Amino acid sequence: MDSLSSQFYKAFVKNNRWMLYIKGLGSTLEVTLFAALLGLVLGTLACLFNMKRGRSGKRTVGSAIAYVYIDVIRGTPTMIQLLIMWNVIMAASKNKILVASLAFGINSGAYVAEIIRGGIQSVDPGQMEAGRSLGLTRIQTLKNVVLPQAFKNCFPSLMNEVITLLKETSIAGAVGLAELTHASDMVSSATYQYMMPLLGAAVMYFAVVKLMSFLFGILENKLKESDMR
Amino acid sequence: MAEEQALIRVKDLRKDFGSNHVLRGINYEIQKGQKIVLVGPSGCGKSTFLRCMNLLEVPTGGEVWLDDVQVNDPKTDINKVRQRMGMVFQHFNLFHNLTIMDNITLAPVKLGLMNREEAQEKALQLLRRVNLADKADAYPHSLSGGMQQRIAIVRSLEMNPEVMLFDEPTSALDPEMVGEVLDVMTELAEEGMTMVVVTHEMAFARQVANKVLFIDQGVIQEENAPEEFFAHPKNPRLQDFLSKVLK
Ligand SMILES: Nc1ncnc2c1ncn2[C@@H]1O[C@H](COP(=O)(O)OP(=O)(O)O)[C@@H](O)[C@H]1O
Ligand SMILES: [Mg+2]
Repeated sequence: MDSLSSQFYKAFVKNNRWMLYIKGLGSTLEVTLFAALLGLVLGTLACLFNMKRGRSGKRTVGSAIAYVYIDVIRGTPTMIQLLIMWNVIMAASKNKILVASLAFGINSGAYVAEIIRGGIQSVDPGQMEAGRSLGLTRIQTLKNVVLPQAFKNCFPSLMNEVITLLKETSIAGAVGLAELTHASDMVSSATYQYMMPLLGAAVMYFAVVKLMSFLFGILENKLKESDMR
Repeated sequence: MAEEQALIRVKDLRKDFGSNHVLRGINYEIQKGQKIVLVGPSGCGKSTFLRCMNLLEVPTGGEVWLDDVQVNDPKTDINKVRQRMGMVFQHFNLFHNLTIMDNITLAPVKLGLMNREEAQEKALQLLRRVNLADKADAYPHSLSGGMQQRIAIVRSLEMNPEVMLFDEPTSALDPEMVGEVLDVMTELAEEGMTMVVVTHEMAFARQVANKVLFIDQGVIQEENAPEEFFAHPKNPRLQDFLSKVLK
């Protein structure tokens, strides 16, 4: 068995291996960013359609589609969704960042939709009624009045979802994307030693999560100050 | 000679919530410039009646007309109708995320009725009338209930409505703020606005209303000019109701 310092040397220093982790972390952050943005847009749309009802009080076609999307995504493993995206839907693409971003973005959208629904439901229904009573449409009132308040109400949950997303991308190695976990895997296979590479990856994930929480915390306080109520 | 057509005509209006038959055939016509006060026990359907007029509730049956537009016809553009009918709510419902100025100008600007400058100028004029011009940049949460309700009235007036619906506009206010809101409403009435008001402020009803309606068990039980309505109520349930609210 190697000494700890020798393990450390092999895991991080030899052959400039630390670069692998840094590049891996770069891919992790890239996928997280794209997926979070896609998830926010998809999630908002899915939520609005999901909550929409026709004049008769029944779901519209768009609403039914949104419901099925949210239901299916939340009811199946992310890994399966990722493999379907890579091997079936986007089988023609070799762009792993793109495929992973799509898979995780579509996945995250379903959860974001539910978070935003909670945010919207926490807004006083009188806000929508006041907007409608002035002749504004549902969409105009949502956009200008309800959603800004809803986003603010569910901001902590949304940021939590981004952090969850970051950690979830750790399975993207399954389609060969060289993200952080995959990088530590590669080093392990090259050195036949697991502890240091995994520990290294864990420390980096943890550091990024802590940094993100810190920044989100500042943002949240800014939002509270800029306030309102 | 043909009588001039009423501004608002309500024909056999019915509204059910499930098995709860709240409105059971309301018939009424409101002439332009009239001030109508609705009274009745809690839960009798006063709010539902008002909300059916601008389709915040969709009637189960019957017809509501504004001029020659049937409000509850599915083919009617309800947003156009609502631009002509202001509504003031018990809990003000000012937009929490917007300044007072933006609260007032949002609808006319987004609906393309005025450009931003016109809307702001008109808003300032209206705010001056209710002595709140200095609050244009404030957020609703920083204002008292009485101020918020006066601004809610201004927000409706900004749209140049032909009729204003008030749903217990002073019920959520501390007693010392009721007067300032009623003053604004009285002034509005004197200027000739058509108004439908749900309120427990009987003094206001006496002073301002052309007609007072007593709603109970889903229909209009009694309708009269205020003097007669309060002095000689005929319906026993109205007598009972008045004895409670006037004591
Ligand atoms: N959205 C709703 N869903 C179900 N029931 C309702 C709804 N709105 C009002 N009701 C019922 O209709 C009745 C009349 O309510 P409302 O019009 O608010 O009375 P009022 O304003 O005269 O106090 C009450 O029994 C109330 O519970
Ligand atoms: Mg009511």
